[in-house]
Amino acid sequence: MSLSQFQDRIRDAAARKSPLRLRGGGSKDFYGNASRGEVLDTRDYVGIVEYEPSELVLTARCGTPLSEIERLLDGSGQCLPFEPPHFGAATFGGCVAAGLSGPRRAAAGALRDFVLGVKLVDGRGRALDFGGRVMKNVAGYDVSRLVAGSLGTLGLIAEASLKVLPRPRYEQTRRLELALPQALEAMNRWAGEPLPLSATAWHGGVLHARLSGSEAAVRAALPRIGGESAEGSLWAQLREHTHPFFAPRGPLWRIALPSTAAPLELAGEQLVEWNGALRWLKCTASATSVRAAARQAGGHATLFRAEEKSAGAFPPLEPVQLRLHRALKDAFDPAGIMNPGRMYAEF
Amino acid sequence: MGAALPVVKALREFLPGRAILHEEEDTRPYECDGLTAYRQLPMVVALPETEEQVRRVLELCSAMKVPVVPRGAGTGLSGGALPSGEGVLLSMAKFMRILRLDPRARLAVVQPGVRNAAISEAAAPHGLYYAPDPSSQIACTIGGNVAENSGGVHCLKYGLTVHNVMRVRGFTIDGEPLELGSEAADAPGYDLLALAVGSEGMLAVITEVTVKLLPMPQCARVIMASFDDVEKAGQAVAAVIAAGIIPAGLEMMDRPATAAVEQFVAAGYDLEAAAILLCEADGTSEEVEDEIARMQAVLAAAGAVRMAVSRDEAERLRFWSGRKAAFPAVGRISPDYYCMDGTIPRKRLGEVLTFIAEMEKKYGLRCPNVFHAGDGNLHPLILFDANDADQLHRTELFAGEVLEKCVAVGGTITGEHGVGVEKINQMCVQFGPQELELFEAVKRAFDPRGLLNPGKAVPTLARCAEYGRTRVHGGRLPHPELPRF
Repeated sequence: MSLSQFQDRIRDAAARKSPLRLRGGGSKDFYGNASRGEVLDTRDYVGIVEYEPSELVLTARCGTPLSEIERLLDGSGQCLPFEPPHFGAATFGGCVAAGLSGPRRAAAGALRDFVLGVKLVDGRGRALDFGGRVMKNVAGYDVSRLVAGSLGTLGLIAEASLKVLPRPRYEQTRRLELALPQALEAMNRWAGEPLPLSATAWHGGVLHARLSGSEAAVRAALPRIGGESAEGSLWAQLREHTHPFFAPRGPLWRIALPSTAAPLELAGEQLVEWNGALRWLKCTASATSVRAAARQAGGHATLFRAEEKSAGAFPPLEPVQLRLHRALKDAFDPAGIMNPGRMYAEF
Repeated sequence: MGAALPVVKALREFLPGRAILHEEEDTRPYECDGLTAYRQLPMVVALPETEEQVRRVLELCSAMKVPVVPRGAGTGLSGGALPSGEGVLLSMAKFMRILRLDPRARLAVVQPGVRNAAISEAAAPHGLYYAPDPSSQIACTIGGNVAENSGGVHCLKYGLTVHNVMRVRGFTIDGEPLELGSEAADAPGYDLLALAVGSEGMLAVITEVTVKLLPMPQCARVIMASFDDVEKAGQAVAAVIAAGIIPAGLEMMDRPATAAVEQFVAAGYDLEAAAILLCEADGTSEEVEDEIARMQAVLAAAGAVRMAVSRDEAERLRFWSGRKAAFPAVGRISPDYYCMDGTIPRKRLGEVLTFIAEMEKKYGLRCPNVFHAGDGNLHPLILFDANDADQLHRTELFAGEVLEKCVAVGGTITGEHGVGVEKINQMCVQFGPQELELFEAVKRAFDPRGLLNPGKAVPTLARCAEYGRTRVHGGRLPHPELPRF
């Protein structure tokens, strides 16, 4: 597949008003609402376009396996600091389009924070370049960050440039037995202190904290955290949802809250990450009640994995927001053919 | 007041008389921002104090089809707050309150007219600070920082405004309330917050901002390293990063810049050096000692001829004082200076500096360079005398060529100052007509009649065609597909 073949395919679909379902490795087929349309497979459009470790920028084509990119970075002692989940045979483009971040998000930032530029094929088949391959760029609207996490509804991310960072030189994981309210207190206290804290997670009365940085800094911080030394393999399990908590049994909610929000009073097992800002909940209560509780606490709830998503994967948008979303969708994809309904039924 | 009369009358319905300025002596202070080469008296200046008043100003202007130009402290360097002669200048200067500072949640909710430095001052007793630190931070406001996505000397490690703002609240041009982002980790739907940050007041008017606060590093030390060759200094920057170090600050100044600065603040710079680097490490004391030692080793291997490490906080601040005062220092050695803001891939630094040196000869103007070396953001400062029309003209041509060079090497025309009116022609060089058309469509999604800050940030295709006609490079017209007139 070449870029011009993608463009032809999209132009043709637009002319026929025939929906396209953009798809890489299919590792996140479960995410968002059901897709419809002919599959536009990105897996043939592969390759690293540019990577020079001293520039801290990597540019690659969308179909490139995410694992290949991480291997390449690892070889130069670098990494994607937001620790994106793979959930299977993830591609680079799918990773950017899904916009998901892993355990280090609270410390390092989210995927969108590392997006520097994209080559986007919009719904009219035009190949457009936004942003660039430099760290700082304020020319024009920040379309690159807008399309990160837009689930392919604004166009095909054919190529993306991300900022990368050196891999932490040393890591230690600590384990503390704490109830959730005390764990939330501890995580938020640590996050307000100059500690090399890179991830936290609470589940079943146990709080884990990871420290990353220079060995001297990590060792100096250990007394502040306390607890006992623990296995670091937990973080990969959380990142990839291979931790036993995520074993598929009923609906899984992803609830984003202010990190200091009190424990949610909803029935069901919880796993907390990101210093309290991310709360996974296994719960069979109605979508309305889960969403109301999340909103009450200052956040929002996504139906992350579920057999049945008739309530919509994402919380409904306010009227002004919905109007802006539709107007933007119309600007990028006037025929409405790019992953329609994947994010919201209305577009 | 002529044309202003109906607008003034309508504003009086809900704004006190002192919040409406329309006499020339009162509107004169608003005729320009930090880019003083462009001046325009606004028809009316409105100074609302409440969100409801802002909403009504917008609703009114939208109904009367009157352009609105939002303004913070007016320190912007690209003319983003240049008034419209037929429009209302909406000053947010009275929105000066810090509404909430939550040390436990590490955030502050502030009004847009709060000064950047005031946030860190208020957070300091809690051991927290707001990271982006543009050099105008004692005067510039957070509303303007959001509009421009401002950076500073620490953004390689701590990010730009977009990385440090969680939520904004405001209104569309029609006065509809809007809340983008959230105090939670993210918000549903498209990342409209990222779109709004850096949108130069083109999409919405912001009345409230939630910013992240970070723990203040326990300590920081800075190395001042001298190089006998600018190119070598550039390679040293790449070497530091290749060694896996992300310095808290990594700045370069060339000899003409250090000479200007040294007369002004006596920062202790090495005036023999062709270029100096300032490399800062911050964090816990263990981390800083470790990183300083590693950076010294890398810099020495990269050919640093002299190095000094700050011994205490006073010395660290003195080393930085020169860099932070670079613009005013240059202002003292020349009647006027013109500050550019291109960003380039770091590896092309030598080539771009050589090009700038050639341009100095071509246009007969001097140009010291200060450089956010860590993130590739160049601030060449062209020295000129604005009273000499020919010098001003040569300066504009000089700057235009440098910005186009930045684009040619894979960079951008603006790293942190914004496009405004200043670099609107160079937007035609950086983007093709299809991208510009999409920017227009994004603008229309928020502001269908183009009333918010018209004529800024994104050029019309007709303007680009006109610009292209005057600038033919290598016999090739930019945008040959567009009609010429």
